[in-house]
Amino acid sequence: MNSISRRTVLKASAATVALGMLGAKASAAIDELVIAYNVNLPSWDPTVGPSAVNPTIQGIYQSVFDQFILQQPDLSPAPGLLTEWGWNEDKTKVSMTVREGVTWHDGSPFTAEDVAWSLTRAADEKTGNPIQFIWSTLTNIKAEGNKVTADVARFEPTIFKWMYFLTGYVLPKAYYEKVGAEGFEAAPIGTGPYMVEKFERNAFVRLKANPNYWGGKPDFETVTIKFVTDATSRVAEIESGNAHVTLEMPYEEFDRLKGKEGLAGTAKPISDIGMIFLNDVEPMLDPNVRKAAAHAIDKKTLVDRLLSGYGVPIDTLETPEYLAYDPSITVAYDPELAKKLLAESGFSPENPVKFKIQTTRGFKPKDYEIIQAIVGLWRKVGIEAEIEVYEIAKHYELRAADQLAPAAFYNWGNSVADPTTSTGFAMFGPSPHSVWDGKDLIDMIAPLWGEADEEKRIAGWKAVDRYIAENALVIPLFQYVQPILHVSGVSVTPHTSGALLPHLMKRA
Amino acid sequence: MTLLRSLLLRLATMAVTLFGAAVVVFFVIRVVPGNPIAMMLPPGASETDIARLSAHYGLDRSIPEQFLIWLTGVIHGDFGTSISLRQPVMPLVLGRLPATLELSIFALVIAVIIGGASALAGTLWRGTKTEAAIDVANGVGLSVPDFLWALVLILLFGVLMPIFHISGRISPSAELPFVTQFYVFESIVRLRFDLWWDLLKHMFMPALALAIPLAAIVSQLLKQSLKETMHLDYVVLARTKGYSENHVILSESLPNAVLPTLTLIGVQFTFLVGGTVIIERLFSYEGLGNMAIDAVINRDLPLIQGIVLVFALMFTLINLLVDMTYALLNPRLRHA
Repeated sequence: MNSISRRTVLKASAATVALGMLGAKASAAIDELVIAYNVNLPSWDPTVGPSAVNPTIQGIYQSVFDQFILQQPDLSPAPGLLTEWGWNEDKTKVSMTVREGVTWHDGSPFTAEDVAWSLTRAADEKTGNPIQFIWSTLTNIKAEGNKVTADVARFEPTIFKWMYFLTGYVLPKAYYEKVGAEGFEAAPIGTGPYMVEKFERNAFVRLKANPNYWGGKPDFETVTIKFVTDATSRVAEIESGNAHVTLEMPYEEFDRLKGKEGLAGTAKPISDIGMIFLNDVEPMLDPNVRKAAAHAIDKKTLVDRLLSGYGVPIDTLETPEYLAYDPSITVAYDPELAKKLLAESGFSPENPVKFKIQTTRGFKPKDYEIIQAIVGLWRKVGIEAEIEVYEIAKHYELRAADQLAPAAFYNWGNSVADPTTSTGFAMFGPSPHSVWDGKDLIDMIAPLWGEADEEKRIAGWKAVDRYIAENALVIPLFQYVQPILHVSGVSVTPHTSGALLPHLMKRA
Repeated sequence: MTLLRSLLLRLATMAVTLFGAAVVVFFVIRVVPGNPIAMMLPPGASETDIARLSAHYGLDRSIPEQFLIWLTGVIHGDFGTSISLRQPVMPLVLGRLPATLELSIFALVIAVIIGGASALAGTLWRGTKTEAAIDVANGVGLSVPDFLWALVLILLFGVLMPIFHISGRISPSAELPFVTQFYVFESIVRLRFDLWWDLLKHMFMPALALAIPLAAIVSQLLKQSLKETMHLDYVVLARTKGYSENHVILSESLPNAVLPTLTLIGVQFTFLVGGTVIIERLFSYEGLGNMAIDAVINRDLPLIQGIVLVFALMFTLINLLVDMTYALLNPRLRHA
């Protein structure tokens, strides 16, 4: 019974599905945009709790709340609620200019006080903000007129990037203080493009366009976001015409449906990557084993065969959109070189080096199948890897405790495109996210955290990426592509962060 | 008196069972891999940040200490605060329970109607092709799991013939005048049949998916029981008196044959409620099962404890209800 997967059933049945009714529904005038979303929204406060650091939920938050700084679809920053921001010359103070004429959803004026209060609250460890350690680098935050100033307690070169990243949201001071945390959960307000009209947990949120949105009123007056966590059900939602837009479905389904009458598809690379963590335990302490493991993987074929071509092979933890991306750093697919390296350490297909590789199954598209294929490629050169499937929760726990297997598959997201939030946190030994604790790498990375010269900082990270690639301290695999299906009456602008934003959708 | 003593004894056993379930769940979910703090660690968090967040959620204490704190809270009616939803656990869980109960009861009604009707039909036309067809249908109904039925139904009635809704409990555009979470019940009481119909269009597919395997079990067992009673003296006597076959089956055989089926329905109903976890997820139905999956994914320990406790309470109550009903219906037990 277990051999029949839900996906298989859907695929098999799909051939028989008549779509006559779809065209009519899809092309009809859309009064209310319905989106079948892939996650639930647990909480409305975007600055605390697990949902605050869940990248997938940010699209919903950004529909209602504005971040301090706007992030454009290509990940670059732009004036938002803050129109200007920067440090003083010796980087001991920051100053920000606040946009004027903006109102909260309840009609009250948005002021610099709201920005100062939001920053102060984020830095307060009592609120439980998971990014408090970043926000607490700013102290003595003050508002005066439309200016906000703060002292720099510790120079953090990425502080303004966090202002359009996780928990970087501006909340309404007066309203929050009046209604409290519980009242805010029940009736959240922001300055964002949509206002919350109705919210049923685990079911849907209904949004109304904010007529006073500083960025212009959104195209769709009403948007319903249905939380449909099962991919099969999301496909059925759009196929039946019950939803106009959906995302994250099996690539085979995406290919099947995007060409259907009345439907269209968008598939763009996003800031999520697939990678294999290497832990500095035996046999990964042997550079020949690590390098052989890296050279034996044919990433392009993996992407073509298993991800239907929806992926971009990468050789560092930086994708082409990231600031420290350096196309000259490459790790070639070279099985003969892999064999030669292993032979130098006394291993061969007949006498393979053995270790365990951990992976999730079904957490990311084809994660288990990809690892199976990699294990097959490794076997040919003299690596015998045993696959252990685990839940993502266990991965987080093992990684935080530095107890991952010698190799472990994971996906890493970095929607601010800064090297600190990709290579930095993934590879810096003292970080709870890193399992490679080599001193040489720690010594290379450590000075970059507080590097004030931006050019020097980025160059430094590129050098780190080159060192990592040359020594095979991690195996980057590919950048994910996000599939979005929508009816042809809607035009969707994908965001490289992976956030699906209703206000970027227009009538086609 | 015997019945009352039996009831009190069962209630005492229930309390012990619930306490046992609470202890087991509390310790097990803290021992299995998956730390809620590790789940919410942002890039760049340090050991100090981990310690700070652990202390914030009270996870820095020993497990027995955490249990004592939790138990003290429970005694005072405080089941803790959900880590992911940031709200008190019990109102959240009780807010979802009605949706799951309504779905489960609707599924049970469908299962009893389909199963009962096919059992009666199979008995009436026993030994014919109709009975053979019912046996085949029961076999299929039993061997295909509910989640697969759910997918078949989604394709049939959600995509091919879009009659029913694929996801949710009620249409987002519906204005709800309800004051309780028992939407179906309240829509009938308020004579809001438009909302009742909308609710039914959302509930039908998940309920049918849950009902099909149970209907097959009911059908098989009831048919077997009916066939066994057909040879008993009083049934033969009724037949020789000239009563019609329909009368013999419905009035003579059925009252006795239904007792074992009733017990089975009670036991199977608990499985059916358990099955809502996957089915609610598939149909994005806002019940307790759907919430349970999210709680597990987020390692929301207080919420998992609350949900399991409510499920355990529900299961023990159902068993108690079944036993009491059986005792009331069965004269041998009533007078024992």
